[in-house]
Amino acid sequence: MTESTTEKVVRSVELGTAHFKEANEWVRDALDTSDVVELQEVFAQRYLGCAMPAGKRLEIHGTPGNDMASYLDGGEIEVFGNAQDQVGNTMNGGLIVIHGRCGDAAGYAMRGGEVFIRDDCGWRVGIHMKQYESHCPVIVIGGNAGSFLGEYMAGGIIVLMGQAGEYLGTGMHGGVMYLRDPLEANDIPDGLVLEPVTEEDKATLAGLLQRYGDYFDGELPAGVDLSGDGFYCLRPASSRPYASLYANS
Amino acid sequence: MNTPTLPRYKVLRDADACINCGVCVRECSHHVHQVNQKTGALVARHGQCVNCQRCVLFCPTTALAIDRWPQVDSGSANWTLKTMQDIAKQADTGAVLLASMGNPQDYPIYWDHLLLNASQVTNPSIDPLREPMETRVFLGSRPDLLKINEREQRVLTQMPPQVKLDVPIMFSAMSFGSISLNAQKALALAAKELGTFFNTGEGGLHQDLESYGDHAVVQVASGRFGVDPHYLNTGSMIEIKIGQGAKPGIGGHLPGEKINAEVSRTRMIPEGTDAISPAPHHDIYSIEDLRQLIFSLKEATLYRKPIAVKIAAVHNVSAIASGVARAGADVIVIDGFRGGTGAAPLRIRDSVGIPIEFALAAVDQRLRDEGIRPKVSLVVGGSIRNSADAVRAIALGADAVSIASAALIAMGCRQCQDCSSGLCNWGIATQRPELTSRLDPEAQAERIINLVRGWNLEIKEMMGGMGINAIDSLRGNRLMLRGIGLSDKEREILGVKCAGE
Amino acid sequence: MIPTHLREGNTRIPSGCAIAGIMDRTGTCHDGTDILRSIALMHDRGNGLGGGFAAYGIYPEYKDLYAFHIMYESREARAATEEYLDTYFMSEKQERIPTEPVASIKNPPDIWRYFVAPHPMRLNMSGLDEAEYTMQHVFHINGKIDGAFVASSGKDMGAFKGVGYPEDIGEFYRITDYKAWAWTAHGRFPTNTPGWWGGAHPFTLLNWSIVHNGEISSYDANRRYVEQFGYDCELQTDTEVITYLFDLLARRHGFSQEMAAHIMTATSWDDIDRMDPEQAAFETTLRICYASALVNGPFSVILGSDEGLLALNDRLKLRALMVGEKGPMTYFASEQAAIEIVCPDAENIRSIEGGVPFVVQLDSVAERKRNESAENRPAKEKPYHHETGVLPRKRKEA
Repeated sequence: MTESTTEKVVRSVELGTAHFKEANEWVRDALDTSDVVELQEVFAQRYLGCAMPAGKRLEIHGTPGNDMASYLDGGEIEVFGNAQDQVGNTMNGGLIVIHGRCGDAAGYAMRGGEVFIRDDCGWRVGIHMKQYESHCPVIVIGGNAGSFLGEYMAGGIIVLMGQAGEYLGTGMHGGVMYLRDPLEANDIPDGLVLEPVTEEDKATLAGLLQRYGDYFDGELPAGVDLSGDGFYCLRPASSRPYASLYANS
Repeated sequence: MNTPTLPRYKVLRDADACINCGVCVRECSHHVHQVNQKTGALVARHGQCVNCQRCVLFCPTTALAIDRWPQVDSGSANWTLKTMQDIAKQADTGAVLLASMGNPQDYPIYWDHLLLNASQVTNPSIDPLREPMETRVFLGSRPDLLKINEREQRVLTQMPPQVKLDVPIMFSAMSFGSISLNAQKALALAAKELGTFFNTGEGGLHQDLESYGDHAVVQVASGRFGVDPHYLNTGSMIEIKIGQGAKPGIGGHLPGEKINAEVSRTRMIPEGTDAISPAPHHDIYSIEDLRQLIFSLKEATLYRKPIAVKIAAVHNVSAIASGVARAGADVIVIDGFRGGTGAAPLRIRDSVGIPIEFALAAVDQRLRDEGIRPKVSLVVGGSIRNSADAVRAIALGADAVSIASAALIAMGCRQCQDCSSGLCNWGIATQRPELTSRLDPEAQAERIINLVRGWNLEIKEMMGGMGINAIDSLRGNRLMLRGIGLSDKEREILGVKCAGE
Repeated sequence: MIPTHLREGNTRIPSGCAIAGIMDRTGTCHDGTDILRSIALMHDRGNGLGGGFAAYGIYPEYKDLYAFHIMYESREARAATEEYLDTYFMSEKQERIPTEPVASIKNPPDIWRYFVAPHPMRLNMSGLDEAEYTMQHVFHINGKIDGAFVASSGKDMGAFKGVGYPEDIGEFYRITDYKAWAWTAHGRFPTNTPGWWGGAHPFTLLNWSIVHNGEISSYDANRRYVEQFGYDCELQTDTEVITYLFDLLARRHGFSQEMAAHIMTATSWDDIDRMDPEQAAFETTLRICYASALVNGPFSVILGSDEGLLALNDRLKLRALMVGEKGPMTYFASEQAAIEIVCPDAENIRSIEGGVPFVVQLDSVAERKRNESAENRPAKEKPYHHETGVLPRKRKEA
């Protein structure tokens, strides 16, 4: 991850089957006196890295529980394995790298920071992502995504290298999704437009794909190269998709 | 093709009294009042009037009044003018009809069927003006029992976090966006002065109001607007909004034209884009997921803030509330079907949900039947109209009540139900600077403070009459209520005897 | 006997009263002569519709057994109750309580007493401790067996009560034949005429007895609070609900009786706001946790238990209650003269302050308490005295 210029203090904590309340106390205590905490034997503890600020880093070995990195506030989390549901729920900033797959609703309502998922992700990932001034959240998915990817999406960037499920981007009214699947006309939801990527898009993509490669041993999924060629971009035609849905009685 | 529609209101102008000063023209954002270019006379475009009464109350010579449009209907109790007008509107637009404020339909108001008790002979009434009378309330979860050291006068049990209300009245959630910053600031100022709480709603906490964090409930709704660790830790209590009495089961939709720079900054979303709150929280599809969200908020705030869960009063509310209590909520907020809103689909507002009186009575009893009532505090709203409603609610079992419409009315609101247009002449439900500047936060805070102080005095009067000098002894004390004009079943649900029994 | 009016339990009957109590803290027992004279002097505070006494230390030969005083309105009620008792308890002795005919006492019920221990097997199966087990069965008899009422159910104590002036009730029960280290008495002024013996006072549960004067305005808030914890407020009386509050706070939650009384007459917020922060936090926490245990409205009570007597007035001191002392004796009465008539040279005569409990304990109890931890120990954290299960513990662990 980021190259450190100064010596980082690293501590290690084994969670085993400790309850999340206890486990998170250990993690917070460890983070108080270190920059990096390695968590060993993680079994389903929820909320790891909850609201963790910038400058702190968790390395998780095992399988973290739901809501990992919820309200993440600038910290970094790397999971050496799969992650469960609601990864990065309502996260504000920071970086999450998952060496495996993750479950449903990852990045729900995130307004900043980045999530890199090496393999597949579950349903409703990136739901209600936002964007605000300098905050532009990013989710990069190396594998396939479940249905409702980017539902209500109001901002940010989703990169999907594998196949999307159904109901892609329903209610999307901001942000952009990069896909390799050109989609049948029928599969493009009302109010969205699918276009080939522009040079500007390709520059954005290239940066993200490069980092994906860096995080995951330089390997990109088959057919994907760093140029960003072969991607399409899905964007809303309007930021006011429901303007004519209502009439004052 | 748009068919012509009848106006709802008729503007009556007393030509003898009118001095053509033009106040009505300037005050009306709906452009009802116009100067006839040829004659110079003031004329009214009746069809645009929403009956907000701004012009009526500001006319220096009281020359104005608003009447219903005098058109008779066809004599059908079924196909009324309003019903037909709604049909015409939808035939024109193909749209969902939108409405605001609380359910205006003629459903029974059960508060008005509950009579209060007073002491005579067998125990004394208490004079609230000259003897102590306690209305302080704490909200939060309570342990099953307390471990203490009696000699050292020290508590050994780790107490869950509590918030203190000096009056048993707080302000319900109203977001910046649905109401103006000045309106929200007036509530914040009043909450601080009264020792109670205002509620940010789901629109985030504007930086100007951060200094009122000790008197703020910060809300987390499905859109998660403005929710970050700083926001969560600035408030004194966090409220997860599951539902709202005016629109149970429905999300929110703040139209892009209300998302100006300030609203955008506070909600942390782009300016001018629609702010859509999904119908459900997409991390809550089941009760155990609610527990997950409650504890994620507790983790994010190091277990220092009580977590409230707000639900709408719906048919199965008592079972839902029991689940919410068991999911770890510290406070349950129930919003009745008369609760207000800045905008809701008309049919939802007018048809979905149940009265708060029933919901409260059922929930309080259910939690007691299960022996878990002390684990949670109960706050109810939608709609509490006066201090007697508050006393009735507390006697039915509430810890505190929350008010919104009443506070808005104190600030000028006339319940015209046109909030969703964003043209509120009172500077409340609008983001237009020329309208919001009409609302002076300090002056309006004073009016809200007066209102709540007046209510609190009345609550003390009623408690004193009952021979009760602490609100703790009123809570759930249903013997202080008697039903009048209620069926046996209604009284059974409310848990009250009949007047005369 | 068919009641012509609604009795306690069918409706809520407010009443005013006279109360009195006498205790020898050395544990020396005295007969009922003095308590009878004391309560008789306050004749005008009652109206002849209820009188009664509670006495502690009267059954020393059976002090390890629960003494049930049960009133029967019919032969069937007795048969049903005794069958029930045979199922859930082991009876050491049962007999009719001796009474004396008194002209003014009409239609007394058939009154029996039983010295019993919980049936060991059933107690084990219940998962309850002895006291809880006994309490649940007392609730059952009072609530479910028509025509039967348990007047008292404690150990080495008993209640003697009925419809009539207390001095007549005392004569009826021959209370001068009993010797007790603590006596309490009650003369009742109910506002209507149920004429039901079960509705007379003292109200008792296990070792608790309460005599009470006044009508509390927090009744339904308190009732709905204690009912959550399995207390059946069958009689709908203040005395009953106050007894249950003491049982909840002192027996179940393990507070001292004094602390229980303090919780029920909590410090006012005005006073708390003037305290130093630590003290204020302590009192605030008590109020928050036990908000619904606050008793409001006029009351004075004398609580009897195996520890001694406790007298308490409401926070605003809306009722009168006096105390006086002489040597090891402590006297309580609604009015001072009722103390002086039995102890003319009583000392320190004063009124009980509002919201400040006055406690007098047996010397032996006071000595024990001095050496006990000051931390409350809830009943559910105490090990059961009885063995549970039939297998030896070692084998179970292996």
